[in-house]
Amino acid sequence: MRRIVADYPLVAIALALSIFGVAMVYSAGQTDTPTAVERVYKSQIVWLVFGMIGAYAISRSSVRFIEWVTIPAYILSVALLGLTLVVGKGAGTAASTKSWLAIGNVRIGQPSELAKVTVVLMLAHVLASRREPPKSLLDLWKPALIVLIPWLIIMLQPDLGTGIVFIGIFFGMLYWSGVAWPLLLLLASPVVSLILSFSTGLWGAWFLVLLALVLYYRPYLVEGIVLMVANVATGVIAPILWEKLAPYQQNRLRVFIDPSADPRASGYHVIQSKIAIGSGGLFGKGFTLGTQKRLAFLPEQHTDFIFAVVGEEMGFLGVTIALTLFLALFLRITQIAGRANDSFSSLVAFGLMASWFVHVLVNVGMTLNLMPITGIPLPFFSYGGSFMLASWLAIGILMRVSGEGRGKAAFKKS
Amino acid sequence: MSFHPNDIARRTQLSSLMLAAGFVLLLAAFFRTQVLEHQSFATQSEENRLRPIPLPAPRGIIYDRKGQIIAENLPAYSVSLIAPREDSLRAALKVLQPTLQLTESDISAAVRRYRRAPTRPTVVLPDASIDVISVLEEHRIDFPRLIIQSVPKRYYPDGPMVAAFVGYTGEISEDELNKPQYAGYKPGQVIGKGGLEKQYESVLHGDEGERYDEVDARGRPVRGVGPRSEREPHGAPPLKTNIDLDLQKFVAAIFGDSLQGGAIALDPKTGGVLALYSAPSFDPNRFTGGIPPEYWKQLNTDPRRPLFNKVIQGTYPPGSTWKLATSTLGLEQGLVTIDSHMPISCSGGLQYGRRYFRCWEKRGHGSLSLSGAITHSCDTYFYQLGLKIGLARLVGGGIDLQFRERSGIDLPNEIRPRFPARDVKAYYDRMFGPRNWSNAETLNLAIGQGANSQTVVNMAKFYTALATDGSAAKPEVVARNPERKKIMTLSPAQIAGLRTAMAGVTSAGGTAASANIQGLVIAGKTGSAQNTEDPEKDHAWFVGFAPAEDPKIVVAVFLEFGIHGYLAARVASKIIGFYTKAAPVELIDTGG
Repeated sequence: MRRIVADYPLVAIALALSIFGVAMVYSAGQTDTPTAVERVYKSQIVWLVFGMIGAYAISRSSVRFIEWVTIPAYILSVALLGLTLVVGKGAGTAASTKSWLAIGNVRIGQPSELAKVTVVLMLAHVLASRREPPKSLLDLWKPALIVLIPWLIIMLQPDLGTGIVFIGIFFGMLYWSGVAWPLLLLLASPVVSLILSFSTGLWGAWFLVLLALVLYYRPYLVEGIVLMVANVATGVIAPILWEKLAPYQQNRLRVFIDPSADPRASGYHVIQSKIAIGSGGLFGKGFTLGTQKRLAFLPEQHTDFIFAVVGEEMGFLGVTIALTLFLALFLRITQIAGRANDSFSSLVAFGLMASWFVHVLVNVGMTLNLMPITGIPLPFFSYGGSFMLASWLAIGILMRVSGEGRGKAAFKKS
Repeated sequence: MSFHPNDIARRTQLSSLMLAAGFVLLLAAFFRTQVLEHQSFATQSEENRLRPIPLPAPRGIIYDRKGQIIAENLPAYSVSLIAPREDSLRAALKVLQPTLQLTESDISAAVRRYRRAPTRPTVVLPDASIDVISVLEEHRIDFPRLIIQSVPKRYYPDGPMVAAFVGYTGEISEDELNKPQYAGYKPGQVIGKGGLEKQYESVLHGDEGERYDEVDARGRPVRGVGPRSEREPHGAPPLKTNIDLDLQKFVAAIFGDSLQGGAIALDPKTGGVLALYSAPSFDPNRFTGGIPPEYWKQLNTDPRRPLFNKVIQGTYPPGSTWKLATSTLGLEQGLVTIDSHMPISCSGGLQYGRRYFRCWEKRGHGSLSLSGAITHSCDTYFYQLGLKIGLARLVGGGIDLQFRERSGIDLPNEIRPRFPARDVKAYYDRMFGPRNWSNAETLNLAIGQGANSQTVVNMAKFYTALATDGSAAKPEVVARNPERKKIMTLSPAQIAGLRTAMAGVTSAGGTAASANIQGLVIAGKTGSAQNTEDPEKDHAWFVGFAPAEDPKIVVAVFLEFGIHGYLAARVASKIIGFYTKAAPVELIDTGG
């Protein structure tokens, strides 16, 4: 094993975010009517320490070793995901879902957290093995399948938020592997159809855009036809899918468009979150002093809505600091991906970044009602052992990738 | 996969740019929410956690003219609930029902109050007993959303004795909340429901204060001390009345349980109401904090109608008391002098057309002057005087003497007296049908019968003109600048003549000689009004003033089933005697 130089900026930023996060989890527990949340910051610290030890261990291994465990790790994570469908338990805002593995009533962890990392590794493995970036939709069947299997299981749990993360990882890594953007757009087109089909006018306009794209990119005839059929099909099944959604999911989407549609239940979260953030003002109400949080107006203040606590107690200043740290982390990882030794490492780095970026965008956006409520956690902030652990293991991988790639200007083709 | 360094560099650049753009957009969204829209969200956050608890203000204390208390406030306890939702209110009420001994109607009343103002604590018991409060205090922990408040409770030390003018208070009703005059009032608040309490509601109603309790998302108070400084309630200023509470109590005592009717005493120079009593009365203290249903039922089924104010709400034929109006009109128009005799002397009645109009004195009065006719209440004289004046002038003059309008006393629900309109023919045609009346109505009207029903207060007001220089004073319960209006154009000598004649009424040989008081000249006039319910028992009137030479008090007494005016005169003379500190002398009853 080669000694590597530690990527101090990367670790520093991740540590700063984690400390900020633990502080917010502590604050989230400070309510006027004490609850079990009062003590969770302690276990968050424990998980952080475990995560950091794990990260150090991984950083002492090698990228080859990581690539070597990729396939078994992927298979294991998919198996565990499959297991949740049988014995899964719910928690938090998604109490009726099955995303947790538990022994008795003790929840062990969410296999989907593990799967987020293994899918990144597996995708990187497959995409890196190609000489050329996928040029057609048919070329994409393998990477698509890698994501599709865990994605389908997750949608069956159902966990819409994690599903969105997987889609983000998929598109992010395809982009990084050099897939042309019109192809990405064509790939994404059925999803767009799914969403736009609720308005006939918008859907029609989308078809014109799609036609222009097809003419511009000139895919194979079969592809073009399949694409169009897929678009029509998703557009047609959209209302049927809507009916299939659980009522709480329908409500969340409805509330996303208009929070006042359901101010007592689903809309309540968003309304109270916005009030918490908006009332924070420039400098916030002070650490642990947020009234929305203290008096339990803010739901899930230690998990999904922890960023609302940041906004309420630290104000716009705290929000700016937190978001700047995230941006710094992501820019640093993008740099690492750009300087990586080989395409696998590069793709892994970018994939992990994409995964976090989707988390941050969706979670933070959700607190301001810019995104629908999907129950997606905020990396390094939201209380949750397996996510903290997985995040730091990912930092460990990035440390290793960064270390092996340091100073390398050129990238070998694999 | 394409890993040419140039491609990588381009993608790195593009991704970094996209990332930065994404974060700038997020930050912009936070800037808008936290900085630009901060005020609105800060307010919403305050509204979330701060529950305003109204602090009721004490109503203004009502004093009599000497500073004695008519209405004051006592400390009482109210029990209210804070509820985030109607179903949680119902659940809480269910739990509290046995402790508070709530009836189903109490519960539905509380739910109605909640629907009206969900953010206000819902009053469950406006006036809880100390036993209930002590039980609740013991179990305070179990009912975190319960608010026990010390609230001022209206109390009338003399209860039934002052009810007729002071009225009573009660919780504002649904109907009242919808009225524009009660804009700004909230459910559960106490308002004046009758009498002065209602008339001067805007004055007596204090300025409600507010305390802020911090509550959590479930509506449970979390801290004892409000995080925002409370607004003190401001009690209303005291209300000073013209009432002479001692006189008022004396009047109430005279009526006692046996007499039924009403009395009013006025200061003739100011119109100030010295006493106003309606018998039987009711206890306004029992109305505070909700009328017990059985008491309400009892009041409403009592045939003597305790809730009916006989001074301002009842109209009765004024009878002979109205002969002073006829006299005034005759004198004003120069048809008679105080010494004029009528062509036909009284032999027990007057033949008019085909009808014989009786005088109450079957033996006849012989030939009397106007003065004598007043003293002896001779109907025959006034039949002829009425005919001299004529129906149109009698009605027109009566209207000028304000017999067709309310007295304007500052109490609610005064009824308008019944009196013909200026267009006499049209009025009688409408009342009786075009062919069903004749000029004989003039005779009825002249002796205070016919289409003429007056309130007790309006008769008293007319006599204030006789007691002064011809100016009627508007009766006012609350002390303020008097409003007087000259209604008759009699010379001082003519007025003096009328007073002398009225003084004769209470002198030996007058119709109310038994009401005489040694050393005091009472000028007045008896009257009896036909009782539609029981023809055997006429209603009795006496309206008069004393001392006749310089009147200090005008009294109108009306007794239902009083049989004859002299009974009313006796009551009036006692009132006058008490007020002028002179004792009435029991003279031999001369009858009639």
